[in-house]
Amino acid sequence: MTALLTVEDLDVRYGDAQALFGVDVTVEAGETLAVIGANGAGKSTLLKTIAGLLRPGRGRIRFDGRDITGLPAHRRAPLGIALVPEGRRLFPSLTVEENLLIGAGLAKARPDRIYELFPHLVALRRRGAGLLSGGEQQAVAIGRALMSDPRLLLLDEVSLGLAPIVVKQLYAVLPAITAAGTTVLLVEQDVNQALAAADRVQCLLEGRVALEAAAGDVSRAAVTRAYFGV
Amino acid sequence: MTWVNAVVQGILLGGLYALFATGLSLMFGVMRIVNLAHGDLSVLAAFLAFALIDALPLNAFATLVLVVPAMAALGWLLQRFVLQRSLGAGQLAPLLVTFGLSVVLQNVLLEVFSPDSRALDIGGLGTAGLRLSGSVSVGWFGVLCLGIAIAVLVGLQLFLARTAFGRAMRATSDDQETVQLMGIDHRRVYATATAIAFATLAVAGVLFGMRTTFDPSIGPARLIFAFEAVIIGGLGSLWGTLAGGVVLGVAQTVGAQISPAYSILAGHLVFLAVLVLRPQGILRPAAAR
Amino acid sequence: MTAVVVTRAGTAGRVGLSAAGLLALLLAAAPYLVTSDITHTLVDLFVFVVIATMWNLLAGYGGLVSVGQQAYLGAGAYAVIALSVHGGINAFLAVPLAALAAGLLAVPLSFLAFRLHGGYFAIGTWVLAEVVKLVTAQIGPLGKGSGASLTTVSGYDPDIRVAYTYWLALAVAAGSVTAVYLLIRTRTGLQLTAIRDDGIAAEAAGVRVRRAKRLVYLIAGTGTGAAGAIVCLNTLTVQPESVFSVQWSAYMIFMVVVGGIGTIEGPIVGALLFFGLQQALSAQGPVYLIILGAVGVAVVLLAPRGLWGSTVGRTSISVFPVGHTLR
Repeated sequence: MTALLTVEDLDVRYGDAQALFGVDVTVEAGETLAVIGANGAGKSTLLKTIAGLLRPGRGRIRFDGRDITGLPAHRRAPLGIALVPEGRRLFPSLTVEENLLIGAGLAKARPDRIYELFPHLVALRRRGAGLLSGGEQQAVAIGRALMSDPRLLLLDEVSLGLAPIVVKQLYAVLPAITAAGTTVLLVEQDVNQALAAADRVQCLLEGRVALEAAAGDVSRAAVTRAYFGV
Repeated sequence: MTWVNAVVQGILLGGLYALFATGLSLMFGVMRIVNLAHGDLSVLAAFLAFALIDALPLNAFATLVLVVPAMAALGWLLQRFVLQRSLGAGQLAPLLVTFGLSVVLQNVLLEVFSPDSRALDIGGLGTAGLRLSGSVSVGWFGVLCLGIAIAVLVGLQLFLARTAFGRAMRATSDDQETVQLMGIDHRRVYATATAIAFATLAVAGVLFGMRTTFDPSIGPARLIFAFEAVIIGGLGSLWGTLAGGVVLGVAQTVGAQISPAYSILAGHLVFLAVLVLRPQGILRPAAAR
Repeated sequence: MTAVVVTRAGTAGRVGLSAAGLLALLLAAAPYLVTSDITHTLVDLFVFVVIATMWNLLAGYGGLVSVGQQAYLGAGAYAVIALSVHGGINAFLAVPLAALAAGLLAVPLSFLAFRLHGGYFAIGTWVLAEVVKLVTAQIGPLGKGSGASLTTVSGYDPDIRVAYTYWLALAVAAGSVTAVYLLIRTRTGLQLTAIRDDGIAAEAAGVRVRRAKRLVYLIAGTGTGAAGAIVCLNTLTVQPESVFSVQWSAYMIFMVVVGGIGTIEGPIVGALLFFGLQQALSAQGPVYLIILGAVGVAVVLLAPRGLWGSTVGRTSISVFPVGHTLR
């Protein structure tokens, strides 16, 4: 297997507060990696830095062998990196379909595949994105990210604020996404969901990597220790 | 019947105000920049047309072919290299930068063109019109201005609603950070939006110059008209801007009918009344506040 | 654990405040030391200090970028004419009343202006200033569009008149700086700083944002009105196109931005610089204003903290200590 994404020794700070300390992450092509951790552990910061919205103070980010550390966000997307941001961040003045279309940037693309993954969006395609339920919004956000046919899909807290049944429905499409060859790096607070969805799991504790293991053979006790730092 | 005539003239004038307000509204809508140099830039466009007519054997309308692209290019460069730098530094910076620009522009025009009043000559078109009754007449030039204004607004509306770039512009206005995740360079969207805004203000500036005289110091007064049209119509709505321009135009011509000294004041008073009674603009339902 | 001591002023601050006091005394003696031409010119400097300090209070501390403060400057100037020429009040005594009148005008206007936010607030205040100008220019006894003269001071010996004007201007300048300094040290000042830094968070923390902003707007209107009254005394005439000119706003913004916004010292530094530039360059006409505008834009983009903020303000030296220092 070859590494699609390598993050080496990453430091990220917001003004005076440092959020990540020397974090290393490697995602192999085709696998699904889950990064778990408590609130404020630095998970979203990690994804935003990979997507290019934040600049690291130190460290390197390599994508498909190429150093992309200095590349702005809008030039990372065409390489095949797509982020489903925390809180969905749909464009409220656009309709559902327009939100999907803009996922491909200025390029022309058809949203047919997204409607196959999320058939319930077909009926909502002309509705304003601000008028959707949380689960519908999350489906649009994932669909929007998939419109560019990304090689690496970054999912930030898909479960946030959603009912368990809705979360389950959303995670149910993940196999179809990975089967199409997309590598997934997901961030979750919900450990069970993360362990169920991922091949490998990495735990962040206060900005540092506290655990790294295959999702199948990690013990609950080890996860709890790494999660809470006790 | 003179009152009817005043209203008709006001509607025609309102088209010009709406066209002129479009750029201000667009820049605020996409970038949240209130361009305090908006009026002076339109005067610059009129002076460019004036200089072209002076130097080349050009018809006043033909100058648009050169002035509009030139102003659009200026807008693109200004956004990319000056205003973009001010955007990260809080809401004060863009205001101060555009105000400084306004001072510079006014005085550069004063230095180059002297304080004399100028006009763009359109020959007989300025006075030709259709007499509808004893005192009501419709000037062809006014009709032309209103037609151009409506055409520009419809065109802009279609561009925003139907094209990929228009969609990107609306999305950038919603959330300039997230749009970057879609591979869209928000700075390019901003520069393009500014170029479009400058193109519309150039058209308005040249048409204004055909309608009445202009001099280097008239920019701020123009800016205020554009602003009043935007607020009367309601923020962020192109059709609201048209309605706002028409209301302002009618207020001014009806005010002038009472006494020439009341023309501008009447426009201001209608604006203040809207601010007090319907701060969301005349076209928006109250619930949208 | 070591004990933490919180102080307002360092040694530099105490020295600075004393020096400012001494300077004020020295300036007060000027009419006995220099010719009335010089004191007449210095009145302009004091007017600049007042309007810059007031604009800084509005924008730098209140976050209210107004391009319409000329409404109050003009109102103050015209109020002196109304009170003195038509009301029979002594012209010098009319100054505080004129300031009060400008402050009262700010009450209804604030309700209109506060309907707008950010950049639209800026143009809104400008429209209000235009309305005040247009209405003033309709009033017959005030000379309509051609203005009026302050005829009630013609009985004074010119040197005495200039000296009185000078002292009054100095008092208004010193009073404005002191008032803003004291205001910023109070609870309201702290609230203002919080609003400027993050209005929504401040509101969530229980700050009554609108009330604090309105207070600042009224004070700035009053202070700018006092400056307008001084302008009237110093030039002896008022004319709508000049006292209500938006150029005054350009001057205020230039002084505050170049001097250093959000500091007490910055506007004073800006006023001194502007006064110097005006003495040296105003004969150049438009070129002078082109330079002013270009320098203003450059400072906003390249050194947004201004002259004071990016030099002395970076150290812990502060002539007017408004912060708290841990030691």
